[in-house]
Amino acid sequence: MLRSIFHHKPPHIDGDGCCQRFCCTKIEDFSVAYADMDVISNINAHIHCGQLTAVIGPNGAGKSTLIRAILGEIPHTGKISYVSGDGRKAARPRIGYVPQYLRFDVSAPTTVEDFFMAALTNRPVWLMGAGKLRGRILNDLSRVRAEGLVDRRLGALSGGELQRVLLALALDPLPELLILDEPVSGVDHNGLTLFYEILDNLRETEDMAILLVSHDLELVASNADKVLFLRDGKATSGTPRQVFSDERVKEIFGEIHVPDDNYDPPVYVPVKHGGDE
Amino acid sequence: MMDFVYTLLDAVLPFDWLSYSFMKNAFLAILLVAPLFGLLSTMVVSNRMAFFADSLGHGAFSGIAVGVLLGSGSPLASLIVFSIIFAVFITYMKQRSNASTDTVIGVFSAMAVAIGLMIMSRGGSFNKFSSYLIGDVLSIRQEEIAALAFVFVAVVIAWSILFNSLLLISINAAFARSRGIKSFFIESCFASLVAVVVAVSIQWVGILVINSLLVLPGAAARNVTWDVKRYHLISVLISIISGVSGLIVAYYFNMAVGATVVLIAAVCYFITLLLKPYFVR
Repeated sequence: MLRSIFHHKPPHIDGDGCCQRFCCTKIEDFSVAYADMDVISNINAHIHCGQLTAVIGPNGAGKSTLIRAILGEIPHTGKISYVSGDGRKAARPRIGYVPQYLRFDVSAPTTVEDFFMAALTNRPVWLMGAGKLRGRILNDLSRVRAEGLVDRRLGALSGGELQRVLLALALDPLPELLILDEPVSGVDHNGLTLFYEILDNLRETEDMAILLVSHDLELVASNADKVLFLRDGKATSGTPRQVFSDERVKEIFGEIHVPDDNYDPPVYVPVKHGGDE
Repeated sequence: MMDFVYTLLDAVLPFDWLSYSFMKNAFLAILLVAPLFGLLSTMVVSNRMAFFADSLGHGAFSGIAVGVLLGSGSPLASLIVFSIIFAVFITYMKQRSNASTDTVIGVFSAMAVAIGLMIMSRGGSFNKFSSYLIGDVLSIRQEEIAALAFVFVAVVIAWSILFNSLLLISINAAFARSRGIKSFFIESCFASLVAVVVAVSIQWVGILVINSLLVLPGAAARNVTWDVKRYHLISVLISIISGVSGLIVAYYFNMAVGATVVLIAAVCYFITLLLKPYFVR
């Protein structure tokens, strides 16, 4: 079922086919300083399309700072460049962003539909109905199995529901680089497993580059292709197996079991076309 | 044009209180201004900007004073310009400064009042400004109603353009920016919009109570609504109902219109507060 949902036309290929398109985000000597204090320093990383790159690290290691710098929210030094499949420079990819916290007024009279409509069109939400847009919104929500939430009030959603709704919106229009800042708490384990399952499908069917700040190391170990470990603003990167066997990582997180087959983790069970969910 | 409107009012609403032309003017002015307060208050409340709205009234205070000092005939032009500058400046400081928003607003709001009072009280002639404090919608003239009509159309158009972006920013600014929304620009536009509405209506509503009109309709409406369209509709309705009934009550009891309107809006707020449990979703 999920496969068929994701299985629409390959996204935004600019004319000449897949080799021209964005495929890698290169981060070189990336540093961010607040008042002369380096929050992150000299980070080098490659975020590939078709891969899930997880950013892990203790609190205050600079994970969210790194993401905000990539998004251009805060100034940084060093270089960020986008490279196409054949190694040439590519235009800035379309970035989808799922924020960590929504510090919004939970009593605000705003439904999921209002939120989507505000993001997707210029038709004033306060004056006009959703009309045809409702179909698109339902379709967006069905990608994250959240169709039932369309008329719910945004402030009444649970942590996991809100996270999926935000993901659904970040996926329309379909981004090339998806950046997610996962909440520290408020999402139960079932919700997280479903969330990773959805990301897994996106990576495979849309060839999307996914950068994820995560706090659930077991899920990272079994789902991520690459792991970027941040500590005191410095990064160590590699495959989950490499990173989780690093002494510095063990010192903080202890032993994390990395499943043998990274690419087909047990939580993800592909279902054939037309099958039930 | 206005004669036609007057005749129409006489035909449709043949009430005693509406027989005088000053009451007709006040009635029209309220019909034009109240919906704007209803619209803007939805976002003022959602963004927790009650204090900001309050400071705009204070900013307007020194705007009037500066206008008088410069000696232009009507202080309205300098009032509008000053209010917009003040609003954008506070929006800017709020983004730049590490101090909490209400501290920043408090500092500039206090400064604006002080400057206004200093200029107005110079030479002991403060009394002629006291109408700004209480407001006097009964003295509104025809050409001023035309100006209000223009502002009404402009604000409704601007609100249609700005609202979606504002809603996203109010939910999450970083998320809004990731979708290409210029958050500082949009927020400045919103602040300016509130500033203009405050500036053009302060003379009729009064500095002392204008802030309540930017808070009460939205605060009341959100008690009994759960989506954006109903929120706006109820907020605008409450604003119009309290505006018109406030005018009527003030006419029969010979009281300040602005204050009466605010009190009725406050009563609406308490009624919706009691109804809230039936509308929770």
